[in-house]
Amino acid sequence: MAKREQICLEARGLTKVFGFGRNKTVAVDHVDLTLYEGEVVSIVGESGSGKTTLAKILLGLINETEGEVYFQGQKRDIRSYRQKQEYWKNIQAIFQDPFSSYNIFNKIDSVLLDCIHMRGGRRLPYEKKVELMAEACRFVNLKFEELTNKYPFELSGGQMQRLMIARIFLLKPRILVADEPTSMIDACSRATILDMLMQLRNEIGMTVIFITHDIGLAYYVSDTVYIMERGRFVESGSADKVILTPSHPYTKRLISDVPKIYEEWDLSTV
Amino acid sequence: MKHTLRQVFRSGKFLFGFSIFVSLVLIVLIYPLLVPDDPLRILGQGTFFPPGIYVNTYDSINTSTKYTLNLPNADVRRLESKLSQEDRLAMREWLIAAGIAESEIDIENTSSLLALWNSNYDPKKSIPGMTNARRNYFIRLNNSLKGLTMAGDLVVASKNAESGGLEDLGVVKDTDYVNISEVANVRLLLLGTDNFGRDMLTELVTATRVSLQIGFVAGLIATLIGLTLGLLAGYVGGIVDDIIMFFTNLFTVIPSFVLLILISYSLGQEQRGAFTVATVIGFTSWVWTTRAVRAQVVSLRNRDHVNLSKLSGHSIAHIIIHDILPYIASYVVMALILQISSGILAEAGLSILGLGPKTTEVPTLGLIMRWAMIYQAHIQGNWWAYLPVLVTIALITFSMNLMNTGLDQVFNPALRD
Ligand SMILES: Nc1ncnc2c1ncn2[C@@H]1O[C@H](COP(=O)(O)OP(=O)(O)OP(=O)(O)O)[C@@H](O)[C@H]1O
Ligand SMILES: [Mg+2]
Repeated sequence: MAKREQICLEARGLTKVFGFGRNKTVAVDHVDLTLYEGEVVSIVGESGSGKTTLAKILLGLINETEGEVYFQGQKRDIRSYRQKQEYWKNIQAIFQDPFSSYNIFNKIDSVLLDCIHMRGGRRLPYEKKVELMAEACRFVNLKFEELTNKYPFELSGGQMQRLMIARIFLLKPRILVADEPTSMIDACSRATILDMLMQLRNEIGMTVIFITHDIGLAYYVSDTVYIMERGRFVESGSADKVILTPSHPYTKRLISDVPKIYEEWDLSTV
Repeated sequence: MKHTLRQVFRSGKFLFGFSIFVSLVLIVLIYPLLVPDDPLRILGQGTFFPPGIYVNTYDSINTSTKYTLNLPNADVRRLESKLSQEDRLAMREWLIAAGIAESEIDIENTSSLLALWNSNYDPKKSIPGMTNARRNYFIRLNNSLKGLTMAGDLVVASKNAESGGLEDLGVVKDTDYVNISEVANVRLLLLGTDNFGRDMLTELVTATRVSLQIGFVAGLIATLIGLTLGLLAGYVGGIVDDIIMFFTNLFTVIPSFVLLILISYSLGQEQRGAFTVATVIGFTSWVWTTRAVRAQVVSLRNRDHVNLSKLSGHSIAHIIIHDILPYIASYVVMALILQISSGILAEAGLSILGLGPKTTEVPTLGLIMRWAMIYQAHIQGNWWAYLPVLVTIALITFSMNLMNTGLDQVFNPALRD
């Protein structure tokens, strides 16, 4: 369970407004979030509730309209691109849609090579790099020999997300933002990918922000759960507390929406 | 990448346009090897010689071998070639006025017309309502017809340097022929000559080359400027975007052709080499590309593959080159093709206005048009002076637009039929 000692990432009053005037959308609305070192935090909400937007602000990929982010006790300052590059050595992401996550003009090994280079392995002999890449692929059950000279779009969605995990395996960031990593993937590979993710997290002890619309999944993987509705956190707390004793009607609805797989299907009502 | 290329070359439209374009380029490259003439060299004394094979008369009379061929209708054909349509109509007019039935006169049948004329024409006959000038015209016509029907051989003579008298060199009979391959000087002028007496075809080929070069330089400059500004405005955003878009909007409001005219005019005729004109065209037509590229980049810069590249530690330059450029490359190629063809058209437009490249160095398609227009080729019916140029311009722009449509269909599958 969580080592609730050190705060890793903290957001205060985080707000993101898209557009202005009549087209104004408040995607994230004064959100407070505290992330402790080593824990898994889930952010649960429906489609359009602002999860991805929040994730991208935390990642420093889009600028917040208002509010602050504290990274390891200090106010995050990523105004220059160089500062951002420093920041990204600590925080990584797996995006929602694997099909649009890769540059279609780059081969798969260049994706993995980038990670080795980012970790300071630019000078390593090529054999060593191959060894590292092969190890990462083995971790996610891919065969590196079959991937070289292939393009990401030649993989299945599940394989692409596994390649993403292989990236994280090589990068070993302190924080991982996993934005619905399994939402575009069939149920079978979903469990495999989640298992890989959790195994990786245990191995390198990183802090994980797990974003999902599936509250059951959140209960399964996380220590702390935040429930997000239209840009706001309506409820938060330990997974057990939020899911077993929900207080907010939105949370209750989310829980009741989870299909009860242990109950018999009543075909007469279909 | 390879896959897309293969698809591009499977597109019928692209292939068609591409083959027209390549043929044009090949002609432009190969023709000068076969006919290494200076395109601006003046061959003919006089303007607008019609297309055809020009056989040197002096050499053909002086060829060593003469062939006698007795071809049927040779006389008739000779006559026909000498009697113009205008003369025939005049003859009919006189004959009708003299009381011959119109049905008897067949102006297409030369020999019967001549026979009718010879048996009826009488210079003294007064025809009511005919002016004196008209009467004299018919007398002249009759005299010239006498020369036509004159039988006998031509005598070729040269002047004796000492006595000053004429010496017989030989006789040219009306059944004498020369083999054209034995004549020392024969020149094929497939498209005749222009107003200065220059070989139109050689000039046209060179002009096509120069115009294509102008188009390429102009298109390349416009595309490079547009691409750079578009990438900067789109990717960097903020104040850079504002400044660039301010100038882009400014140039959008001012019609670029007007700007082009003003700049060309202020440069002056002497300063306007072909390359200068190309540069000026390039520098006045980047606006459209800038806007298009910027719009594409803005929609690309927040894509996840760009985010992933950022998270992989790449610099902004690396991201622009590797994660943005390849995605808009097809678009840029299409913009380039359009810019090239519009550059060629812009040069033609400028030259017709007299603001094109200076006329003494190289011909361009626009300049040929201008010369043909100034010397009224279109009024005199000298089609070879302007029609081939028009067709060439049309072929170039047609092939390029066709390539573009083909590319568009490959890159935007929604447009495929
Ligand atoms: N770049 C943008 N410009 C304008 N509006 C945006 C932009 N990105 C997101 N939004 C809006 O912000 C809101 C939240 O979007 P977001 O992608 O964060 O939702 P989400 O919770 O991730 O949904 P999903 O589960 O479907 O991924 C939506 O209403 C969306 O329309
Ligand atoms: Mg999302």
